[in-house]
Amino acid sequence: MHDQKMSAALAADLDSSFEQVVLAYQHRLYAFALRLTGNPQDAEEITQDAFVRAYRALRTYPASRRHALALRPWLHQIALNVFRNRLRRRPLHLVPLDQGDEAGDLELEGDKEVQPDVALERAELNASLNALVAALPPRYRVAVVLRYVQGLGYREMAAVLKQPIGTIKANVHRGIHLLREVADAQEQITCSHAQLNARRRIR
Amino acid sequence: MDSSYARPLKPSGEFLRQLRRLGDVAAPASILPTVLERVGLVDSYTALDTPIGPAFMAYNDHGVSALMRALSAADFERQFRRRFGRPLRQVPELPTRLRHMVQRLLSGARHAALHLDLRRMSEFERAVLLKALQIPRGEVRPYAWVAREIGSPKAVRAVGSALGKNPMPLLIPCHRVVRSDGQAGAYALGPEAKRAVLAAEGVDVEEMEELARSGTRYYGSDSTRVYCFPTCRHARRITARHRVPFSSVEAAAAAGYRPCLVCRPARAS
Repeated sequence: MHDQKMSAALAADLDSSFEQVVLAYQHRLYAFALRLTGNPQDAEEITQDAFVRAYRALRTYPASRRHALALRPWLHQIALNVFRNRLRRRPLHLVPLDQGDEAGDLELEGDKEVQPDVALERAELNASLNALVAALPPRYRVAVVLRYVQGLGYREMAAVLKQPIGTIKANVHRGIHLLREVADAQEQITCSHAQLNARRRIR
Repeated sequence: MDSSYARPLKPSGEFLRQLRRLGDVAAPASILPTVLERVGLVDSYTALDTPIGPAFMAYNDHGVSALMRALSAADFERQFRRRFGRPLRQVPELPTRLRHMVQRLLSGARHAALHLDLRRMSEFERAVLLKALQIPRGEVRPYAWVAREIGSPKAVRAVGSALGKNPMPLLIPCHRVVRSDGQAGAYALGPEAKRAVLAAEGVDVEEMEELARSGTRYYGSDSTRVYCFPTCRHARRITARHRVPFSSVEAAAAAGYRPCLVCRPARAS
């Protein structure tokens, strides 16, 4: 609904309404890019490039096409293309698995309701999960992030990915399974670590 | 069946909630201003010293968008907003590359690959301003010349008003377009400023006006049989002994002279 209003505004006057689009979508797109790359700096560049591309494309569209635009999948598609282009340029961008070493890396929630220790725990969890997601093969990563982090429906995902819904469902499924496997394995390692540490303390 | 399918097919709610929380991040505050500047929806501006005194210059991703004289930054912002309707942000100084190019251009470089943002101008106005950009430093051309060169020979007055809308005087040398009768003519920053800028570029303004008053519009050379505008670099190197004044294109043609191919006082036929 909100999306439709924005498309109408874009069709009426692109220059004065584009800022609203950036304001409305910057957090979504940044989150998308961040979970695809696992790296805040790359994510920021991808988000900026995506909006710039979107604006340049919108300029060439007739008003009727701007009006009919489904912004959410369209913007995700652009961000995804920017991400893929960068991936092609730098095919070996390795993400370190232990990003939680420095406290500065943790995204602490500013929410006052949440106890600090809970917030820290969540941030640690986020950081490790972020690394796990970023380590997934791109095909599964994109599918999982679009479906579960960004909350897109399968129909929207089909528009973004230009793939049949069956393929997308399979990729999401495989991706989640891979994630869980790795996450479970890691949990066991950390648990045994904790037990080991506990035993040491007793001695 | 594959062993991995022995696990429950539906991922647990807690795991999905964790995934969903990965989406709860705030974009860095730098994204919005950077994007708006890169697409040319917000301009940066700063104070700049020019030959006509202190001024302000604005630019965006498309290039330089305005150069204006203003009493203060606030005054400039007011003028700019009234004219372009875009938001502005002040920066302490121009980016290095841009600063060097503007300085070179203002101090007399003939060529500088300066990008200009002329999106707000009409096609006709753009053509006029780009044509003015081709007039070399130290030379002048009449309004009618610009009109003819851009293919609208009757739109002499429209050329005048398009030049009057020049959003970046000095950078686009609208001051090098003068009246056919040799008077300097109107200027966005006042006629006196126009004469001063021309004089600073090496044009002898008094001589130019005196010459026009006496009826001379062109200089020919009796050795080459070519005639030029008096400020054309080829006219200036004709020695007094060989210099022939003409009052009109017809008079020059009747005497068997052809128009210069550089300053093009008339279409070569």
